[in-house]
Amino acid sequence: MILLTNIFIIIMLISNIMMFLSIILSKKSFMDREKCSPFECGFDPKSSARIPFSLHFFLITVIFLIFDVEIALIFPIIPLYKLVNFIFWTKISFFFILILLIGLYHEWNQNMLNWTN
Amino acid sequence: MFMNDIYMIFLGLLILIIGILVGVAYLTLLERKVLGYIQIRKGPNKVGFMGILQPFSDAIKLFTKEQTYPNFSNYLSYYFSPILSFILSLMIWLLIPYYFNMISFNLGILFFLCCTSLGVYTVMVAGWSSNSNYALLGGLRAVAQTISYEVSLALILMSSIIMIMDFNLMMFFVYQNYVWFIILMFPLSLCWMSSSLAETNRTPFDFAEGESELVSGFNIEYSSGGFALIFLAEYSSILFMSLLFILMYMGGFSLSIIFYLKLVFIFFLFIWVRGTLPRYRYDKLMYLAWKSYLPISLNFLLFFLGFKILLL
Repeated sequence: MILLTNIFIIIMLISNIMMFLSIILSKKSFMDREKCSPFECGFDPKSSARIPFSLHFFLITVIFLIFDVEIALIFPIIPLYKLVNFIFWTKISFFFILILLIGLYHEWNQNMLNWTN
Repeated sequence: MFMNDIYMIFLGLLILIIGILVGVAYLTLLERKVLGYIQIRKGPNKVGFMGILQPFSDAIKLFTKEQTYPNFSNYLSYYFSPILSFILSLMIWLLIPYYFNMISFNLGILFFLCCTSLGVYTVMVAGWSSNSNYALLGGLRAVAQTISYEVSLALILMSSIIMIMDFNLMMFFVYQNYVWFIILMFPLSLCWMSSSLAETNRTPFDFAEGESELVSGFNIEYSSGGFALIFLAEYSSILFMSLLFILMYMGGFSLSIIFYLKLVFIFFLFIWVRGTLPRYRYDKLMYLAWKSYLPISLNFLLFFLGFKILLL
């Protein structure tokens, strides 16, 4: 664990040094107002860039959250098969995946997965 | 643990990182050459001998370009998100199943999932913090796409873990001694291939940086060093995805030159797809993830669970 932490520290140092090196090495020719303004096809930006976004992205995130929690719950069945009764293990994993499948089909049936309505 | 072991591990780490950087540099050259020949023109062929030194001159050019400070951007997150994405992609590479001089992860697949899931945040922060409409839209698209493909990616991964019943990446080699999993789990391995194309924002699904719609997507405000780091992170994650494809479906890790040839072939497949297929439509992309890959991977998970129970 200490070794892994040391390796992470080395990796962080390397990538920070690369960014810092590029800032030092980079040639700053002249300061210009246009260079600092956000890119928008040659004119000044008319609206703020922190615009509200479509609700679909948020809904996708909510569905993703459910499925990701379920995946995190599936993963323990791998080390578990050595520890618990095999019949119980089989039944539990089958029922769990079946519930996942039925949940997915239910969401599909309720038009949750449609991108546009 | 003896000191010598620690020194050897750090030496191995250093060699690994240098290998990744040089490998990514030459993969960009390979990509430009292959794309050139697909479009019936020569790629870069002037620098050095037939363009051999092109990646190094590109790197020097990128690192000596001017760094911009966009107005009203959140500068700290703007500065640190490329670094974070590069750190994450280097961390994923620790998983490469060396036989010696490197860490052996018993729960390697969980480590892989953690690192790839964190990769979403860097794209999101890079898109949001650079205060540009194009960058924000590209970041949003990238987040939705990566999130929805991650679910089916994890489930496909799960069914190939069920085949070996272990989280260690070394075990794939043991179980694929007689037949490759690409044959045994046939349609699912191709699902994994296209999911990894979408996960790394590659071309038929490159909505994060759709050149004709959003000028360069989430990395539009980045110039020299930040852009170079984002680029390195993306390409090394693509390279790791092709490594993982070979580990899981094409025979596992072995200390032979054939392994590396297979790796280059899978990366060539990524480039080939980029040279051939046009961009997909965004809602179709979402439907592909949620209505086709997710049910398929769940059903196959059930199937392979029963298959494994029969074999156990």
